Amino acid sequence: MDERPVLELRGITKRFPGIVANDGVDFDLRKGEVHALLGENGAGKSTLMNVLYGLYRPDEGEILINGKPAELGSPKASIENGVGMVHQHFMLIPVMTVAENIVLATEPVHNGVLLDYSVAEKRVQEISTRFGLAVDPRAYVRDITVGQQQRVEILKALYRGADILVLDEPTAVLTPQEAQELFAIIKSLTDQGKSIIFISHKLNEVAEIADRITVLRRGKKIETLPAAGATEEGLARLMVGREVLLRVDKGVSTPADPLLQVEGLTVVDDRGITKVKDVSFEVRGGEIVGIAGVDGNGQTELIDAITGLRKVNEGRIQVGDEDVTDEGCRDCLDAGLGHIPEDRQHRGLVLDFSLAENIALHDYDHPPASRLGWLYPKRLTEKAAKLIDEFDVRGGGPQTAAAGLSGGNQQKVILAREIDRNPKVLIAAQPTRGLDVGAIEFVHRRLVEERDEGRAILLVSLELEEILSLSDRILVIFEGEIVGEYPPTVTEEELGVAMTGGGRKAAA
Amino acid sequence: MSNGVSGADPSGLGPPPHLGTSEPPDGGEKPSFVTRYALAQKAGGIVVPLLTVFLAFLIGGVVVLITTGSNPISTYRAIFDGAGLNWFTEVGSYEIRLPFTDAHVWFPWNVNDIESTAAFNLQQTLINFVPLVLTGLAVGFAFRCGMFNIGGQGQYLGGAIMAVWIGSELPGLPSVVHVLFAVIAGALVGAFWAGIAGFLKATVGTHEVIATIMLNWIAIYTGVFLFSLGGPLQNDTQPFVPVSNDVVEGAKLPIFWGDPFLQALHVGFFVALAALVVYWITLNRTTLGYEVRAVGYNPEAARYGGISVARNYFLAMAISGAFAGLAGAIDTVGWAYRINTNDVMISSQIAFVGIAVALLGRNKAIGIGLSALLFAALVTGTSTRNLDPEIFKPELASNLTVMIQGLVVLFVGADVLILSLFGLRKRRRRQQSEAATE
Repeated sequence: MDERPVLELRGITKRFPGIVANDGVDFDLRKGEVHALLGENGAGKSTLMNVLYGLYRPDEGEILINGKPAELGSPKASIENGVGMVHQHFMLIPVMTVAENIVLATEPVHNGVLLDYSVAEKRVQEISTRFGLAVDPRAYVRDITVGQQQRVEILKALYRGADILVLDEPTAVLTPQEAQELFAIIKSLTDQGKSIIFISHKLNEVAEIADRITVLRRGKKIETLPAAGATEEGLARLMVGREVLLRVDKGVSTPADPLLQVEGLTVVDDRGITKVKDVSFEVRGGEIVGIAGVDGNGQTELIDAITGLRKVNEGRIQVGDEDVTDEGCRDCLDAGLGHIPEDRQHRGLVLDFSLAENIALHDYDHPPASRLGWLYPKRLTEKAAKLIDEFDVRGGGPQTAAAGLSGGNQQKVILAREIDRNPKVLIAAQPTRGLDVGAIEFVHRRLVEERDEGRAILLVSLELEEILSLSDRILVIFEGEIVGEYPPTVTEEELGVAMTGGGRKAAA
Repeated sequence: MSNGVSGADPSGLGPPPHLGTSEPPDGGEKPSFVTRYALAQKAGGIVVPLLTVFLAFLIGGVVVLITTGSNPISTYRAIFDGAGLNWFTEVGSYEIRLPFTDAHVWFPWNVNDIESTAAFNLQQTLINFVPLVLTGLAVGFAFRCGMFNIGGQGQYLGGAIMAVWIGSELPGLPSVVHVLFAVIAGALVGAFWAGIAGFLKATVGTHEVIATIMLNWIAIYTGVFLFSLGGPLQNDTQPFVPVSNDVVEGAKLPIFWGDPFLQALHVGFFVALAALVVYWITLNRTTLGYEVRAVGYNPEAARYGGISVARNYFLAMAISGAFAGLAGAIDTVGWAYRINTNDVMISSQIAFVGIAVALLGRNKAIGIGLSALLFAALVTGTSTRNLDPEIFKPELASNLTVMIQGLVVLFVGADVLILSLFGLRKRRRRQQSEAATE
């Protein structure tokens, strides 16, 4: 490996009103290496990368590319200096082909005006073969998988001549298999001299893919260390600044009576496709039942049906002693359901509402929050203040808009609201998606506590690790059917096979 | 802008407020116009509306200078006087009669509109203020539920037609009952008219902008039909004039300032002020308002919270229409007293100014009150009757009003432009450079 840094950030300081987002951060990237940038949400990773990409102008510090000071005032300047960025959320146009997306804004032209897409396709094909990024240049972006879309983004950066690639949380949207494929691509890129900055807060993959790791915390660089020899526990401690429990500490479950019963549930979506087929299971008080599955196998529809957000086509749902089949959402809540939705910003919170108003979302229409249609804002505030304190929500008070909080704290607000209603059944859909280590620890601990309180907890997650560490029983969903039930001692490989349909016959 | 990088907060303490609040939720479709507008509102506070007005007047002034060669400052001064706002500056020693008594006490302003032209002009401004507040509230209320009620004109007309019908029939009814009946029925017609659009949106998803525009035309041609020669509500004694019967004396709103035989200020003024309070209370102190705002900000979260989105679309539209219908009814029994087929087309267009009022007032009660006053002053100050023709031709000036109104709507719609023009938000610049690379 060449030891000469292709990129050096020296003493980068970026201030926002009231906050120092980057405080004298040094960072360097050597040719052909993968350098991971690790930190909790809000540690300053994104700010640093936005400085590199020319979106922010640093207040202090300098940027050197190949040893020469570079003035990166705009993304355009960054691209010209060979910096390419693959954002967490792709910026592709679904109705255009892969090749069209890649050459966008730099389209090859012949005779001065006419676009020449055959040249474009050929060039895209060249790059994609060279780096092992298999993707059909003529396919429409809307038709290809998320993993392939990510490759298109990488190709786009390479097409524009990037030597330094910034990958922002690249595995957040990928299945485990797709993540492995991405790692192979990264290897092939670095072998051919590209240098990669890999942003993540997933410790295991950072340890796997990176050559060196830089940890940021509260805007400051804590340490840069070689990945070889770094332990997950050690990295977590650097990130959070204290000891973190990576494994969930939970005792044996003592299941009681079934509190959630689902029988023969079938759900057809808006387009007439059957998303949930004849699903039956029960969740007892005092146990956590995990539903494992690849994204899009009916998990969302299953939860929506149980919580009254979607019509049930066939089957029965019972909460406690109450039949809630096809009851509205409000009735399901009243029957004793608590629901931590998978998309906290679109569904779980009204981002423009204050925390007090958000916490009242299920309870605003009856005493003590209101009486005969008259709202008592003071009581909302009092309750919010109490819960904010109890659940250790940081970053704002009862009157702060929910949008102003970090993801972890937003999730704490939802958790507080749902648990405070004292539900019999708590449905947690992807409860830790996008959260950092500290917040994940908090959510997991709290879920186990609620289990021990005697609630029935249904956990739906795409993270196998989460399912394995929290669940007392695991159900695998594949194409809308429950294809197997496993004890928590099952291995990730076994679950992986079942999740992709391999276990259908062997279902217990 | 679906950008994960800028969406994450740059510190351990949560994002600085100006960064976090207006980033759209990640991973989703682009927020609707109404959502983005609501976010832009939050970012700008009071500063942007003021800058908006300032800029609109500045551009208006430049146009006055270039096209007519008149002095913009003296022109604006003449409009100011024409609107009667100089009344407040003419302080002296006068008397005012205490309400409900014959006692007179000292008062710093001259309330006698025969002695003081300013007092008369101000009355006219306040008469215009009433429908502008109410139609502004109509637009504002729908906006708070995430809808754009562009049908204030039809709802205003519905209210006006109902009020003139009830007001001109049923003579002999006790005055209080008659007035209340006419005004409330007018508001209900407005609610019904907008409620149709709300119902369509709630049930089959028809976009409210389309539905309300269509309903405007239905209302207009219904009005023309009713008051045309031979129409069902056409005048009984003047068969060759396309006008309604006059509202009977008992159905007219009481006048509290000015000469009833000229155009004078009626108690509808207090109804408008009360409506501002009702609007604020409904939105901020009732469960209905909570639901309406939740649906307006995020219908999906509202549904998850157990709120019926469809019901709120319908209710919010109906309430919105009630405000507009009230405006039409009050104008009719307050000072117009009759409707002719011309009024059907022309006068009802005041409801469109209501859109500008709501936009500039940022859908807040206090903002709508203030911007209604501004627009009322502009409309009155540039009217042929009020503007000093030696300084600026009123025919041109009323166009100036429309121009300023248009500029305000344009600028409020382009909050971003205003913000970046004045360099208030660095964030805006970042977004633009970001957009340039996509």
